[in-house]
Amino acid sequence: MYVEVLKAGLATSIQDKGRPGLGRFGIPESGAMDRYAAKLANLLVGNREDSAVMEITLMGPNLYFDCTALAAVAGIDAEVLLNRMAIPVNKPFLVPKSSVLEIKKITEGKYLYLAVKDGFQLPRVMNSRSMYAGITSKSMLEKKDRIHVTSVSGNLQNSFSSIRFNKERYSTSCLSVFPGPEFSRLPENIKQQLFHQTFTLSNDSNRMAYLFEECIQNNLQPILTGPVLPGTVQLTPSGKIVVLMRDGQVTGGYPRVLQLHADCLDILAQKRPGEKIGFYPR
Amino acid sequence: MNYQNPHFQAYGEQAVLIVWEEKINGDLLNFILSARDQIEMAYRETLVEVINTYHSLLIKYSPSIKNITKEIPFLQNLIGGLEAPQKAQAARYHLPVCYDEKFGLDLTHISVTNNLKISEIQQLHTAADYIIYFIGFLPGFLYLGGLNKKLFCNRKEMPRKKVKKGAVGIGGKQTGIYPVDAPGGWQLIGNCPVPVFNVQNDPPVIFKPGDHIRFYPVSLEEYRHILAEAEKGVFSLQKEDYVR
Repeated sequence: MYVEVLKAGLATSIQDKGRPGLGRFGIPESGAMDRYAAKLANLLVGNREDSAVMEITLMGPNLYFDCTALAAVAGIDAEVLLNRMAIPVNKPFLVPKSSVLEIKKITEGKYLYLAVKDGFQLPRVMNSRSMYAGITSKSMLEKKDRIHVTSVSGNLQNSFSSIRFNKERYSTSCLSVFPGPEFSRLPENIKQQLFHQTFTLSNDSNRMAYLFEECIQNNLQPILTGPVLPGTVQLTPSGKIVVLMRDGQVTGGYPRVLQLHADCLDILAQKRPGEKIGFYPR
Repeated sequence: MNYQNPHFQAYGEQAVLIVWEEKINGDLLNFILSARDQIEMAYRETLVEVINTYHSLLIKYSPSIKNITKEIPFLQNLIGGLEAPQKAQAARYHLPVCYDEKFGLDLTHISVTNNLKISEIQQLHTAADYIIYFIGFLPGFLYLGGLNKKLFCNRKEMPRKKVKKGAVGIGGKQTGIYPVDAPGGWQLIGNCPVPVFNVQNDPPVIFKPGDHIRFYPVSLEEYRHILAEAEKGVFSLQKEDYVR
């Protein structure tokens, strides 16, 4: 019993809670970019919070379901068709055998999560089903890929549809931050710029890092390579602001000026290129 | 070298960073690794992991620990009690490298910029005993200390879009092995046929911080032979145990 990719979409992969304890081997944490949305998708179909989901970016895949399935798509908003009929986001729905699910476009936000009952059963590698080049055979799903799923018979479980996706948490453009390890080295004027300027998300942003268009001129020395975490905000000698995301490298040589609050990493993940954010000290 | 009074700080909500003097030094590394061992023993299950770099330790706590700033006095006490690095088991590995121009794409470049004969590059690279400081940047990428100053060479202006898995290179003051095909700006001097990272194994990297590595030259034919054996899982790396 499987789901087959008819059309891959812009960047579609299977993700779960990733590999949080393998940084000492140089392995990034990976896992869903928006943990809240991935969790909601799972809860809507009665899964454990950390079951593997399909992470969908901006323009989604077309999927063929070989069997009946209980599914849900969770995110801010998207255009989704099941056998050509519109399906609302953030509500569980039954997929009849031999259906085609089209995730056309994400209309608000950047990521959407498709959950099926009992999760997408991609083989685990190092205890996780999260796709990452060099660990799993591929980093993204491609046309003709088939992912094993469990068939479900019977009716839709109404009890899960009362779970509400809180869209309001994403409307903020203020990301709360802690000082990073090198924050104290910053001259006062740079601290002011960090907290008063707005930053525009660049098109170059991806699962490894989010970049911004504005620069902050500085004379900071590079640091001796040190550990970094998802949510670490680096300031490069050329003035670029880099926010490390889930697939980011585990060590880095640029000053770590800020650290995003965990919830704000989800919020930032959902911002689209061109959107503006600001950093707000906690 | 001052091992005492490193700087402790919260790093986000779920981690603590301990920072020593910003130096690359084998004795400091041994002290940091002892501190890491003490921390792991003291906490057991409430840690996600402890990661070291040249002069830092990152302690990642499990979500069961709600207030990490409360852990700092405990850590200060634990490390304050350590006077010197504890002795530990380590290994020295000998890794084959083929320095043939087929792999040593930048041997000529280094020979020109550093005023060395190509044969001298290989000699200097294989004469050193390298310390593994930590693993980072890419899965299985070893940060090695001990590169001979005569081999220091700036990274390429334009990185290559693809560097072959196993490529041995020099980047600034560092030398290392690309564990997978990846884009890269290092100056390439050879290729190591033994994979340093293997997802199928537990742990996926056999080398540990504090271990030593030496490179030895092999011919193209030997390289191919070792590559085939390594692929079948039947190549044994030469190794000596010692106490660091």
